[in-house]
Amino acid sequence: MIFRYLLILIFFLQLKAFALIEVDITRGNLNPLPIAVTPLSIDEDSKLNFKELLKEDDIGSEISIVIENNLRKTGLFNPLNKDSFLQKSDIAHLKPRFEDWALIKAQAMITGKVTFVEEKLRVEFRLWDILAGKEMMALAFTTVPNNWRRVGHIITDKVYQRLTGEKGYFDTRIIYVAEEGPKTKRIKKLAIMDQDGFNTKYLTLGNELVLTPRFNPTNQMVTYLSYFRNLPRVYLLDIETGVQEVVGDFPGMTFAPRFSPDGKKIIMSFAMDGNSDIYTMDLENRVVERITNHPSIDTSPSFSPNGKYICFNSDRSGYQQIYIMKSDGSNVKRISFGKGLYGTPVWSPRGDLIAFTKLHKGKFYIGVMRTDGKGERLLTENFYQEAPSWSPNGRVLIFYRETKTDAKGEGFSAKLWSIDLTGYNERLVDTETDASDPSWSSLLSK
Amino acid sequence: MTRNIIISSTFHLLIIIIATMSLPFLTKKPIDLPPIISIDLIQISDKTNIPFAPKAKKIIEEVKKKEEEKLVSEQAPPKKVKKEKPDIVPLPDEKIEKIKKPEDKKQNPEKIDSEIKQVSEFEKDELFDPNNIAALIDKSKEDIAEKVYEKNKLTQDQDKSINVVGLSLSEEDALKAQIFGCWSIPLGLPYNENLLVRIKLNLKPDGTVIRSEILDHARMNKPGQGFYKVLAESALRAIQLCQPLRVPSTGYERWKDLQLNFDAREMLEG
Repeated sequence: MIFRYLLILIFFLQLKAFALIEVDITRGNLNPLPIAVTPLSIDEDSKLNFKELLKEDDIGSEISIVIENNLRKTGLFNPLNKDSFLQKSDIAHLKPRFEDWALIKAQAMITGKVTFVEEKLRVEFRLWDILAGKEMMALAFTTVPNNWRRVGHIITDKVYQRLTGEKGYFDTRIIYVAEEGPKTKRIKKLAIMDQDGFNTKYLTLGNELVLTPRFNPTNQMVTYLSYFRNLPRVYLLDIETGVQEVVGDFPGMTFAPRFSPDGKKIIMSFAMDGNSDIYTMDLENRVVERITNHPSIDTSPSFSPNGKYICFNSDRSGYQQIYIMKSDGSNVKRISFGKGLYGTPVWSPRGDLIAFTKLHKGKFYIGVMRTDGKGERLLTENFYQEAPSWSPNGRVLIFYRETKTDAKGEGFSAKLWSIDLTGYNERLVDTETDASDPSWSSLLSK
Repeated sequence: MTRNIIISSTFHLLIIIIATMSLPFLTKKPIDLPPIISIDLIQISDKTNIPFAPKAKKIIEEVKKKEEEKLVSEQAPPKKVKKEKPDIVPLPDEKIEKIKKPEDKKQNPEKIDSEIKQVSEFEKDELFDPNNIAALIDKSKEDIAEKVYEKNKLTQDQDKSINVVGLSLSEEDALKAQIFGCWSIPLGLPYNENLLVRIKLNLKPDGTVIRSEILDHARMNKPGQGFYKVLAESALRAIQLCQPLRVPSTGYERWKDLQLNFDAREMLEG
């Protein structure tokens, strides 16, 4: 008994001595991470070879600029000024002096080396954690020299994923409608470019009006609306071969097409006699299935990433609002209840949010809400903007914005813009011409 | 029978003695003494070059003289304190220096050691003089941090009482505020996952990290937990960036081992 009592006493006394103090850290900052992107080093022979092939003086520096620009545009990274670097990049690639990089406040660093090997471009890079003084990642890529920009994008994706925990969105393309000419006589062509605005290619000649192009999951096919012979119909285009075909034989207008997540179906709206409903068509057997059947206008359908649900907008309540339903058309449920009109809903690739356009008191907003309609956040407001499309990681939205014409009817323009989910990082996306209706591809290198 | 009763009584008595000595700490209320206000004797810098007011100079000279005769603490009346063996010395680390100081016979207040000295409540009243405020104001900015540091240097008795509990609210807030500024949260983390990283630190008295250990280290290499590795690395970067950590100036024994729980859910869920 005494022994037990003594043990209890000792226990309490020990408890006092060994209690470990715990401190909960529940907040941090969202400041961009300072990162040093060093010019990728290159030997003289390789430099000469690439200069001859690519007409670029220093391909190593050019690749590092691609990486640096990509990182800066995310708003999550702060690439440091190269003039402040204290160590040469080729030596840093072998053995960085971490204290030198810490001195300029870098927390991470990218080093690399470019070589010309058997007519190919070989790029190796390393990602360093400056504060921990260790290497975080080392990879090498070999490709044809013309792919050098893509190598920069792939490296950015790897770095982004390693440092943020989510996949990147840099090795991607954007398809959009390129616009030229006065507002009353606009020429609209399908165009495709890298996400940073380079390598633009035009897919149609501009003879017909084209709208709402959308990628399929493999990024090989595009579905879009074309007014070929003044009949608005949904078309399918193979990007590689250029072959296109009409989707389905509908007796009226089809529009707002989009692929299912597995790429086997196209979901779209079909309008006839003033009524518009949602249909799907199986691309293998061409079987058409009616999904909604309501005497209101149902349009802008978009599948959830798992293909089990569809969001769309409808005016069945008297005003245009967002609804979700099962992929067979059952369990229709309204999810938007805010003031104003809601349209162009798009389900996030992560599955957690739905992006939309909202019109309220004469202004257009791009916003997001959860799939149950709660947590609505308006990210950006403007005179006219619409058609959001998600980056493949569900972090960024791309949309287009039009400017007002002046009294003379001049000054109109349409440009692509991007904004991330924080709502703070809004950027103009460079395009060769005016642009509208963007659609973001999935990652090219998966 | 009698023998058994004696043995039993002896043991019971022993238990009562041990209980009397040990148990009170369980029920003892935390000591809630008013904070001790210390007045700092500072050296006038060349920049300000404001001369002491004659009255202040005189008082300070008197205080210096008294210092030769007595070493006092807040709790101990001067008469009961012996010169050679002071019962309670406020700053244990500086005990030897404090004892030696009375041997310094220089009385010029301009050469008073800039080192902060704790004085008794009695002396405090004597020392206060409006003429001395200017000198204090000029040095105030430089001394703020030092004063906070010194205020935390409480007496041994108070230090012991703090040892029983963890960090005080202000100490914890100071540490949190420091780390908030250093922790760049990776925004791409899935916020519906468990985003808690527990890191145990072993610290030096100045807050420098000797060793850091991720308590759920095994989770870093589990399949599908790549985000946890990213989160843990960001937490380690924050600690590296922040060190030396803003830890209390006293009670090293109680916080030399510290656990930081980094939880990103609140931030990511918005």
